[in-house]
Parts: sequence; structure tokens; C-alpha cells
Amino acid sequence: MIPEFGHFALILALAVALLQASLPLIGWRRRDARLLGFATSAAHGQFVCVAVAYGCLTYAFVTKDFSVAYVAQNDHSLLPLIYRISAVWGAHEGSLLLWVTILAGWTLAVSIFNRRLPADMSALVLSALGAVSVGFYLFILLTSNPFTRLVPVPEEGRDLNPILQDPGLAIHPPMLYMGYVGFSVAFAFAIAALITGRLDAAWARWTRPWTTTAWMFLTMGITLGSWWAYKELGWGGWWFWDPVENASFMPWLAGTALIHSLAVTEKRGLLKGWTVLLAILAFSLSLLGTFLVRSGVLVSVHAFATDPSRGEFILGFMAVVVGGALGLYAWRAPRLATSAELKLFSREGLLLFNNVFLLAAAGGVLLGTLYPLVLDALGLGKLSVGPPYFNAVFLPLIVPLLLLVGLAAVVPWKRGEAAPAWRRLRIPAAAAVVAAVLLPLATYGRLPAFAVAGSLLAAWTVFAAVQDVWKRVRSKPSLAAGIAGVPRAVWGMTLAHVGLGVWALGVSYVVSFGAEKDVRLAPNAGADLGGYTFTFRDEKETQGPNYLAQRGTVTVERGGSLVTTLYPEKRQFPSQGTVMTQSSIDAGLMRDLYVSLGEGYEDGSWSLRVYVKPMVRLIWGGGVLMFLGGGLAASDRRYRLARAAERSAAQASEAALA
Amino acid sequence: MSRPGLTKRQKRMVAVAALVTGVSLAAALGVTAFRKNMMYFYTPSDLLSGTLPAGAALQLGGLVERGSLKHGEGLKIEFVMSDCKNAVPVRYDGVLPDLFREGQGVVATGHMEAGQVFVASTILAKHDENYMPPNVAKAVGNVDGKHSCAPFKSVTAPS
Repeated sequence: MIPEFGHFALILALAVALLQASLPLIGWRRRDARLLGFATSAAHGQFVCVAVAYGCLTYAFVTKDFSVAYVAQNDHSLLPLIYRISAVWGAHEGSLLLWVTILAGWTLAVSIFNRRLPADMSALVLSALGAVSVGFYLFILLTSNPFTRLVPVPEEGRDLNPILQDPGLAIHPPMLYMGYVGFSVAFAFAIAALITGRLDAAWARWTRPWTTTAWMFLTMGITLGSWWAYKELGWGGWWFWDPVENASFMPWLAGTALIHSLAVTEKRGLLKGWTVLLAILAFSLSLLGTFLVRSGVLVSVHAFATDPSRGEFILGFMAVVVGGALGLYAWRAPRLATSAELKLFSREGLLLFNNVFLLAAAGGVLLGTLYPLVLDALGLGKLSVGPPYFNAVFLPLIVPLLLLVGLAAVVPWKRGEAAPAWRRLRIPAAAAVVAAVLLPLATYGRLPAFAVAGSLLAAWTVFAAVQDVWKRVRSKPSLAAGIAGVPRAVWGMTLAHVGLGVWALGVSYVVSFGAEKDVRLAPNAGADLGGYTFTFRDEKETQGPNYLAQRGTVTVERGGSLVTTLYPEKRQFPSQGTVMTQSSIDAGLMRDLYVSLGEGYEDGSWSLRVYVKPMVRLIWGGGVLMFLGGGLAASDRRYRLARAAERSAAQASEAALA
Repeated sequence: MSRPGLTKRQKRMVAVAALVTGVSLAAALGVTAFRKNMMYFYTPSDLLSGTLPAGAALQLGGLVERGSLKHGEGLKIEFVMSDCKNAVPVRYDGVLPDLFREGQGVVATGHMEAGQVFVASTILAKHDENYMPPNVAKAVGNVDGKHSCAPFKSVTAPS
């Protein structure tokens, strides 16, 4: 009964979303305040419906209702409860349900926090969000219904894919989706601005916190995914330039460009058309990511759908959304032209450069990701583009970006002068040069060019960001007053930029000083790597909740004294007949020691992968700092203060409409 | 950009020229990197029929022939990769992925050595025992989702 109830709730949600998409639009044409106001009620109703549907599916998973086909495929009676809950989004159908649930959640949030918006703008934003929802409801109901029953009912479920049974992966998809779907809000705002032709500083101020929030979740989602891949796949890498990773990275690059161009639009009223285009682009790339990952075009852990009709549906949906939005843009964007002049050597000019580099990077990644697919689809041959391509494109673009971060902090809006900028940057620049030499020398006693360059850029980014805050603090009479006087948005920006520097330092250290080795070791034999001795002690069988594991014991010594003991495992999941490598890591700020098991040989020896990864934690630490920075920036007082003023304006415009 | 003596128009020209230079530089970089790092996908038959410069990086996909896997000293292994029509010996030195098994599809990245041996630098097998690289599936030929290729385990039928 419960699954049918969920199915019904989902159909109801579709009906409500249809009304939410269409009625406010009619209301806007007819200047009918009641129809406009309906958007808010519809947003609430839609959320309730889809939340009920989602709850029903979760209930089916928790109660192991194998009569539901999707549950039977992804659940198992021995699966721990936490993974039974996360298994809801462990495969295609449920992950789409999660997608629309999150979309409905964002819509609900917009309807609650947008009371301060002019009624027509708010209604049009909700209408655009409703239209996106309609597409996804249709997709689920027509091609991927998670509530379909299975006859006959199997005795036992087929279990969740073992590599998804990990806490990192349990929260990775919701975070990533929060980001992907969150860009739909910026997209909806862009559509509303195009329809009404009103795009001013207030519009940018409404859009900014939403975009920053979406961006911060996407950042966290990508960071979690990278961390998971590192520890779970057993290859010790943190980024593989896999098409699926690229699918999430492209919207991130476009979204990062968007939050910067929104700053220009808010402060200076410039780049309006560009900002709208970026908002469309960021969401289009999110949809493209969904298409790539969910259509079965790509072969990977993430690609569930093998049914070609699903791929066609998403492709068609994408064509409608992107084509429609770009068509609207072509028709209405000329209205958004600005007369003010943009000087290249100014804050906004440098931010424009930031946008150019970010989009060039996104374009490079897009080319490398899509070209093989397009070539294959046209029957022109099969090829792959490996990580060297992406590195060759990405590195030359990230270097100027890091340099710009420091420079833009000291160049004022409107018009910058070289001399004062240099005066403020002298000390950070000198300190960065010193740090670039001292840091690698102090930690590893060597100066590889890549580590020096990485340390230089990292230190430059961090010092320049900190000096900006320092200058603000120093201008106040006391330290406490100074710290309190710095707005949260500035703290957020500083933290995110420091995060970027920390990330760069981590990357350059892993690349320069990381060591890895594949070895075959007999019991009690050792291998030397990066100053550590890894000794394989023995291997035993152990029993997990739903798997059988061969567990190796590896001791790691340095200079004769024991550093740590690692227990890498090879797990066999009888429910799916799969084998999985569980690496064992001794994590630290300065270095990770990492061992994963290969295979056992008849003579009792095992093949092992051993890694020493210096400062690899900084890569994800940087991501976490960006996440926190985004959170601070999105919760700035300015956005809340502006509310009171805008509410009265909104009431005035409502009165005018009525 | 704010040098005195330049008119507004001239400044704009400089800005446009800088932008064009930057974009074309980026494009040139991208295309060069792209050309250098494209790796074509081959099956053993493609490999043996074509004229390929020795040492060029490429991907080779096929099935691991049953009974062909030999362990050497340390982590060295040798096996034969086949697409049912032709076969190529492959050498590899390293830890194999979890699902590397005889009779299953794998994709190896590496290059041909003069003695017609493929030297692999990485070997991929997916986290799914039913997995077969789509390129391989197409090359081998599927009949109702089952391999038409007798000596190999069918990947879809329950074994």
C-alpha cells in the first residue's frame, strides 16, 4: 500500500508543479495578484507531496519491502540501517527522486525567503522552478518509476553496490545535488529577470546568497567525492579527470564565475547580460552533468541507466530548457545593456579576467569530456582523452587565477592605480617568495620547481587575502572592534580564497613529494618508500556484517621505530558476488600513509600498493574552507538588512498591482 | 591600461587585442594538448591489421583469454588479450584491479613493443562482474546480449 501511496503523491506533485509553472505566468500577463500569489501555495504543496513520496520510498527500504523492484535491486536484509537509508539514492530511480525532492526543497526555501521580493518577480522565479520540476517528474514517472512492483516477490534483495557502502558516499550525492539543483534558483532568477526586463543591483543582491549557497554545497559534494575516491577505490588518487568527475566540475567552474560576476553586477551594475548568461550556463552544465552521469553514455560506477529512452528524455529535456533559456536570452538580453564603462584595471575588470579564465577552463574540460562521446556517437572512431590533456589545459589557467585572487583584493572598484596596489602587495609578495623557498626546504630539503611554484602561489593567495582583512581590522581603533567590523561576506571571501591557497599547496606537495609503489611481499618482508619501511606481517580472514574479508596487517616504521599499523582488507560481498578493496590509511596533516591489498599468491605472498602522500589532506581541507567561506558569505547581514527596506518596496508594488 | 596619451578608442583597441591574443593562446594551448593526449581505442584485430608506430600510446580492449594468465617474478604478469578473432600478448608489472579475471573484459593503456607485445601501464576492469567495456562488446559482437564468442564466459547469462 505504502509504495502505491508514494506513487500517487508523486503524480500529485507533478500536477501541482504544472499549476505552479503555468498559473503565475498567466497571472503576470493579466496582472492578476491572486494568480501570482498562487505560486507560493503551490511551492508548499509540491514540497509536501514529493516529501511524502520520498518518505514512502525510504520506508520501503527500511522495512525491506522487496516487492518493490527498485528496493529489491538495491537493498538487502543484512544491510546496516544507515546504508538502507542511503541506498534510496544508491541507483538511478531513487537518485532522481532525491533530485526532485531537493529541487522542491529549494523551491520551498525560495517561497519562504522571497517574501521580500516584488510579487511578480517572486512568482516568476517559482514558476520557472516549477517548470524544471515538471520535466523531472515526467522523467521519473515515464521512464524511471522507483515504486514499480516486482512479481514474483524475491526472497532476498540484490544489495547495494558494495563500493557505495561507505559514509563518505552516503552523503556525497545529497551534497552534490544540493549544489547542482541549487543552481536552478539562479537560473530561475535569470529567467524572471529576462521576462520582466528588470535586472538591477537589488536583483543581484537577491540572487547572490542563493547562488553562493548552491556553490558551497557543490564544493562540498565534489570534495567528498574526491575524498571517497581516494580512500575507496584503492588507487590513492584524489582526482582522475574521469568524465563523471568532470560532469560535476564544469558546473562548479561556471558557478564560481557566476558568484564573481554577480558581485560586479551588484556593486557596479555592470556585466548584466553576462551574469544572466552565466546563470543559464551553470544550470545547463548541471543538467549536462546529470545527462552524462545518468544516461548510460558514460561507463562508470555512477552510470546506472542502460535504457536508451532515459538518455533521450534527458537530452530532449535539456534541449528544451537550454534552448528555451538561450532563446529568451537572445530575445530579451539587449534590454539589459549598460552604458557605464568598464576599466580593465579595476576590481570589476580583474573579476572579468577571473571569469574568462574560469570559463576557458570549463571549456577545456568540456571539450575533453564531450569530444570522445561525440566522435563515438557519429561513428568516427573511439578514443579517450587522458589526464595529461586536462592537466595541460587546467594548470596554465589556474596559475593566473591564483595570481589574480591576490591582486584583485587590493584593486578598488571603478578605477585602480598600479602604485598603491603595489604598495599594499609588496609585503605579501615578498613573504610569499620567502615561503616558497623555505617551505619545501624545511619539510623535504629539496626544491622541485612544481613545489616551489605551488608554495609561492598558495602563500601569495593566503597572504594577500589575509592582508586585506588585516587592513580593515587595523583601520578601527581596537582589535576587537576591528574584527567585529569586518562583514561576514568579507570573512567568507577571505576564507574561501585561503581555501584555494591551501588546496594549491596540497596539490603541489602531493605531486612533488608523493611516492607510490606496487610491491609483492612475502610475510614479514618489507619495502622502503619515502623514508618509511612498510612490512607485510600476515593475512587473516574476518567476518563483516554483510561481507567476508581477508585482512592484511602491515606495520610502518621510520628510523627503526613503529609509526603505525595498517589493516587493509579485501572484502567479498556474497550478495552480489563482488570483491572490493578496502584501503587502510594513517592520516595526518603532513602526510598520509596508505596501503591497499592487491591479490594473494599461492606462496603466501601478497601484492600491495603502498603510498606516501604528503599534505594530501590539504586538498580536501581547502574544499572545506571554501565550503565554510561560502556559508559565511551567504549569511551576511547585508542580505538580511536589505530585507526590511525591500519588503516595504515589495508591498508598494503589490499594492500597485492590486 | 590607463596610460596617458592614448585615446579611449585606442585603449579599447588595446583591450580587444589583448583579449583576442589571450583567447587564441588558450585555444592553441588547448588544441595542442588535445592532439598530444588523444588515445585511440583499439581491439586486438585493429592492432594487428593497422600500421601503428611502435611506442604510440593507445588503449587496448578485449577479453582475457582463459588459461593465458602467467605470473612472473614479483608483480610481473603476462596474459593474452583477445577479441575472438585475433589475440595480442600483454605484459604488465603492477597490482591488478579487483575484478581482473580470465574470461572477462578489460581495457589496458600502454604501447606496442617491437616484438608485437603490448606493454600495459594501467589495466582497468570495472566494479561489476557483468561488465564488459562497450567498445569491446561491440567489437566482439553481441547476440541477444550474450557473447558470440565461445571460449569465453558469457557475461549476461547466469553461470
